[in-house]
Amino acid sequence: MANKPQVPGLLKGLGVTAKTMAQTLKPKKFGGGAATVQYPHEKETPPIRARGVIALREDNCTACMLCARSCPDWCIYIEGHKELAPPRRAGGAPRKVNKLDRFDIDYALCMYCGICVEVCPFDALFWSPEYEYSEPKIADLLHDKIKLGEWMETVPEAPELEAGAEKKKGK
Amino acid sequence: MNLAVTIPYWGQSLLRVLGGTVAVLLPAGTIVYLFLFKMMSFMQSRLGPMEAGPYGSMQLFAEVGKWLQKEDITPARADKRVFRAAPLIVLVSTFLLVAVVPFGPDAYFTQFDAGIFYMLAVSSISTLGILMAGWSSANKYSLLGGLRAAGQLIAYELPMVLSVLGVVIQAGTMNLQTIVLKQNSDSIFGFDGLGYPYIATQFVGFLVFMIAVQAELTQTPFDMPIAESELVSGYMTEYSGFRFLIFFIAEFATAGVFALIASVLFLGGWGIPFSWFGWDSVDSIDNWMNVAGPLVMITKMMVLAGIIMWVRFSYPRFREDQLQRFAWKVLIPVSLINIMLTAIFKVAF
Repeated sequence: MANKPQVPGLLKGLGVTAKTMAQTLKPKKFGGGAATVQYPHEKETPPIRARGVIALREDNCTACMLCARSCPDWCIYIEGHKELAPPRRAGGAPRKVNKLDRFDIDYALCMYCGICVEVCPFDALFWSPEYEYSEPKIADLLHDKIKLGEWMETVPEAPELEAGAEKKKGK
Repeated sequence: MNLAVTIPYWGQSLLRVLGGTVAVLLPAGTIVYLFLFKMMSFMQSRLGPMEAGPYGSMQLFAEVGKWLQKEDITPARADKRVFRAAPLIVLVSTFLLVAVVPFGPDAYFTQFDAGIFYMLAVSSISTLGILMAGWSSANKYSLLGGLRAAGQLIAYELPMVLSVLGVVIQAGTMNLQTIVLKQNSDSIFGFDGLGYPYIATQFVGFLVFMIAVQAELTQTPFDMPIAESELVSGYMTEYSGFRFLIFFIAEFATAGVFALIASVLFLGGWGIPFSWFGWDSVDSIDNWMNVAGPLVMITKMMVLAGIIMWVRFSYPRFREDQLQRFAWKVLIPVSLINIMLTAIFKVAF
């Protein structure tokens, strides 16, 4: 390979910054502009699987405590009680179901590891890309099941399974 | 060529103080907004401040307001009087520097024959302030930063002095005003359309001078004294509020003043080639040059300051030993050879 005359690295460095400046200053319609957005005025759409906040589908939760026990920070607080529900078939014994009284996640402690979402056997916890829930006071970051339920609306549809993926066996 | 009104001495002094303040603060503010806020952001593919005023133009006032609100903390074990005086000494050296810079045929604060000598002497007063700040803070990071700054500023003072010597030899004077006049009235091989800016013959000197200025200002490739990844903020670690603001203003004001001096020494200063208007001596220069001169100066200053900042935003930091080696083993020999060659050519032609 022939040795091409090389631009000294020092000049190349200056060129890189100058080129970036020219690119930033170029009007948007010519494919220029900054890589950033001006946040409060315009917002980026986070990717569909972004880990913004953990939402709760209350109906699916059985207060089994698996998420609370697997949480590395112990930031999930669950209280529940048992209730009798009408039998499934006529003449059967009444069923015992777990009722959820309290489901709180302390987002001041949460480290967004997602183990609770993984571990939930009843599909009650979901990742949502919602990220605008900062609070002036740290204690206000403890969110209850009503607030967690509201975030369910922001959870995107689960994407299609990949071709050849193993289908979950339904009942 | 006298002004129509005679201004009393106190009036002249007042005007000089006002002019000096403007000549220091205006370039500092412009450099910070245009280069530090905007150019750096563009080079990093972002827009920089956009909220305070149109395109963030009022950001400076917001920053100054923020700093003025902050508590003025003096560490308990600091040497209080020295600690409080240090930033002022750094800023004072900037004001003293601008005093010799000529802005026009009559628009100067003072001019005397030892101008360059004075300029070089006064510019090292800031070293004293920085050393005071580092020593009196009672903080190991401040002390290390202050010592590094002292070592660096002394090391780069030498190439700066030596590179300026080339200009002094060529001009045959140390008066900054005369240097400007010479550059604009001389001709290159009989062609006088460009004047004779000394960058043409003193290009090596110019390069060495700009590198030394970069180091004197502790701008990035040479910012060992405030290396934030090692020393928090070097000699400024313990400063807050108003006094930090003074350090900050002094840094960028000095950048502006050094850019002004570089444009005087190498780029022809406030002048435009005199042959354009048929001027042949100081007294024949039209009066409007006193207005146009400062504008020409500021244009040249902005270009040079832009280059200083561009380099600052592009390069990573030197290591302490590399920095010293670069000054003593590269810059000083190069500028010595430059002086020798200049002297030989001066005598030969």
